[in-house]
Amino acid sequence: MIDWIQVALLLALVLGSAPLLGRHLWQVYDNRSQPLLDGWLTPVETSLLRWVGDPGRPAEQAWDYLRPLLLSNILFGAVAFLLLLLQPAWLNPLGLPGVRWDTALHTAISFLTNTDQQHYTPEQTLSDFTQLGALQFLFFTSAATGLAVGFAFIRGLCGRPLGNFHWDLVRSITRVLLPLSLVFGLILLINGSPMTLGGPVTLRTLEGATQILGRGPVAAFEAIKQLGENGGGFYGANSAHPFENPNPFTNLLAMVAMFAIPAATIDAFGRFLGNRRQGTLLLLLVTGLFLGLAVVAIKAEQAGNPLLAPWLSGPNLEGKEVRFGAALSALFATITTGSMTGAVNAAMDSLMPLGGLVPLFNLFLQVVFGGQGTGVAYLLVFLILTVFLTGLMVGRTPELFGRKVEKAEVVYSSLILLIHPVFVLVPAAITIGFPALQGISNPGFHGVSQVVYEYASAAANNGSGFEGLGDGTVWWNLSAIVSLLGGRYLPIIALLFLAAGFSRKQPVPPSQGTLATDTGLFTVVTAVVILILGALTFFPVLALGPIAEAFSLPR
Amino acid sequence: MTLFRDALRALRLTAALWLITVVLYTLPLLGIGQGLFPAQANGSLLRVDGRVVGSALIGQPFATARYFLSRPSAVDYSTGKQPSSAPSNLGPTNPDLVKRITAASKVLQGAGLKDPSPDLLYGSGSGLDPHISPLAAEQQIERISAQRQLTPQQLRQMVRRHTEGRTLGILGEARVNVLELNLELDRRSP
Repeated sequence: MIDWIQVALLLALVLGSAPLLGRHLWQVYDNRSQPLLDGWLTPVETSLLRWVGDPGRPAEQAWDYLRPLLLSNILFGAVAFLLLLLQPAWLNPLGLPGVRWDTALHTAISFLTNTDQQHYTPEQTLSDFTQLGALQFLFFTSAATGLAVGFAFIRGLCGRPLGNFHWDLVRSITRVLLPLSLVFGLILLINGSPMTLGGPVTLRTLEGATQILGRGPVAAFEAIKQLGENGGGFYGANSAHPFENPNPFTNLLAMVAMFAIPAATIDAFGRFLGNRRQGTLLLLLVTGLFLGLAVVAIKAEQAGNPLLAPWLSGPNLEGKEVRFGAALSALFATITTGSMTGAVNAAMDSLMPLGGLVPLFNLFLQVVFGGQGTGVAYLLVFLILTVFLTGLMVGRTPELFGRKVEKAEVVYSSLILLIHPVFVLVPAAITIGFPALQGISNPGFHGVSQVVYEYASAAANNGSGFEGLGDGTVWWNLSAIVSLLGGRYLPIIALLFLAAGFSRKQPVPPSQGTLATDTGLFTVVTAVVILILGALTFFPVLALGPIAEAFSLPR
Repeated sequence: MTLFRDALRALRLTAALWLITVVLYTLPLLGIGQGLFPAQANGSLLRVDGRVVGSALIGQPFATARYFLSRPSAVDYSTGKQPSSAPSNLGPTNPDLVKRITAASKVLQGAGLKDPSPDLLYGSGSGLDPHISPLAAEQQIERISAQRQLTPQQLRQMVRRHTEGRTLGILGEARVNVLELNLELDRRSP
C-alpha cells in the first residue's frame, strides 16, 4: 500500500509542478517578460550573444537553425574528447592517465548526445577535472541542445519561425538548467552528497581492511545529471551510490527531477499553441502510459524470484539498496527509461524478466515523458501520424493545429519513427550473430536482452544498461557510437525540416470536416497508435528476450 | 568564408558556455559546501579519537561474529586498491546467482542465522550499502550478546537508536546503519 502512496506522491509533484515550470518555459522560449530575471540576466545574455557574434535573427530555413547546432555540437564533443584522451594532471590526485581512444570517443559522443552510456568505471578512470570539464559541461550543453530543438519544433508546429539556436541554447542554460541545478545541488549537498576537490580518503575499517572512498564535486554533478536527463554517474554504481543518492528524500527529488522538465515542456507546448487543453491531454496520455508500465515493473519486483524460493522469500532485492527497497527501485527504473535519463538506483541487469521488460519497452517508445526537448517532439510526431491514420479511416482531410498534414509531414514522421528500430535491431543482430563480439554475462534469453538493451539505450539516447555486459571493447564502443549519433542527429534534422515546412503552410480555418485533436477520444486513439507501432516493431525481440525469460521461470 | 565565420562563433560559444557550466556553476556550490556544510561536503566522515574510521553514508565489510554482519558486496565495500562501486549484475535466471545465494546461505547458517533476512543474501546495488533491514539486525542480537558483555535488551535498544524509519513515515524503507551500530558496540563493550 505504502508503495502506491509513493507513486501517487511522485505523480502529484510532477503534475503539480508541470503548469508552474511550463509557464516559465513558455515565457523563456516565447520571449515574454520575466520581471524577476530580465533586469540583470537580459544584459548578460545579450552581451554574451553579441560577443559570440550572433546576428540575432530567427532562422528562416531549417538549415539556419541546424548549422550552428551541428557546428557547436562538434566543438562541444571535441573539447570533451580531448580532455578525456589527454586527461591533464590538474585535480587528478590518483594520477589517472588518459582514456583509451575508443573509450574516450564513445564517452564524448555518448555524453554529447545526452545519452551517457558509460563503458568505464568513473571513479577508477576520470579525474575531478575531467568529470567537470568534459562531462558536466556536456550535461548542460546536451540538455540545452535538446530543449532548443524541442521548442524550435513546437514553434514550427504552431506556425511560427523556428527561432534562433544560439539564443535558445544560452537561455536554456541561464534561465532553466543553471538555476534549477543550483537549488537541487544545494539540497543534495545538505543531504550528504560530497562537494570537494580534496580527492579520495583512505581509511582502516573496524575489521582492519583498507577502504578507499572516492570523493569529488558530486552534488553539482549529480544535480544537472538528473535535471538535464543525462544520467551518467559520478560513480560506477550511479544513483545507487550513497554519495549520489544518500536517502529516500533525495531519491524522490531525483525522480521528480527526471520528469519535471519534459512534463513542463508538454504543458508549455499547450501554451504556445494557445490551447492548454491539448497540452493537458497529452500530459495525461503519457501519465497513463507511465502508470501502466510502473505497475508492471513494481509488481514484478515485489513478486520476487521463484528460483530462489528454497533460500528466501519476498521481493527481489538483488542489486538493490535497503533504503530504497524493491518498489522504489522498480519505480526509478521506469522513470529513468521513460524520461531519457538513464541514471539507475538499482542494477537493471538483476531486475526480474518483466521488471526488465518495462525499461526496454520505454526505450522502444521514447515518449513516456521522453527526452529533454525531444520527448515532446516525438509525441507530436505520433500525433501527426494518428491524424493521418484516423483521417484515412474516417475519410477526412488530415489537419493538425489548423494546417494540412500532407506527404512531407508523413514522410518525415515515418522516417523519425523508423530511424530508431534500424539503429537498434541491425547492430543487435550483427552482434548476436558473432559470439566473439557479444560480451554477454548472463546466459540464455537474458543475454539477448543485454545486447538489445545496449543498442536501444544508445539509439534512444538513454544511457542505462544491463551492465553485466562486457561492453568495454573496441567493437562495443564503435558500434554503439553509430547508434548514438544516428539516434540523436538524424531525428533532429528530420524534426527541424518537418517543423520548418509545416510553419510555412497556409492556415486552413476549421470546418465540418476537421477532426478535433483536443478530445479524450483522440487522445486514447493516439495512445493506441503509440502502443501498436511500438509493440509491432519490437515485439519479436521482446519475445526472444524478457518474455521468453519470464516463461522460463517456474510458476 | 561563412563557414569560417560560423566556426568562430561556435568556438566562442563553446568557450563561454564552458566557463559558465564548469567554473561559474561549480564554485558557489564548492564554497557553500566547504564553508557552511563541511561535514557533508567532505563525505560525512566518522572519527574515533581523531582518526577517520569510515563514512556515515558508506558501508563496510563485517564478517566476524563480534559485529553485526553487513550485506554481500560485489566490490568488497571498496576495500581494493582503487575506489569502486558496483552491483553483481547477475540476472534473475543466471545459475551463478543461485550458486552464490546457496553459498551465502550456508555461511549465514554457520553464524546461527537459520532463516536469514533476504537482504543479507541479496547483493546491494552500490556494493557499499550502509544499511541492513531491522529484521536482519534483530536476527543477530542473540549471537552478538553471546560475544559481547551486553544483554539482548541493551542490544535491542542500540539497534532501535540506529534504526531510521521511512522518511516522513512514507518514503523509502526502514533501515539500520551497520557501521554506526558496530561503532557503538566497540564503544560500549570493546
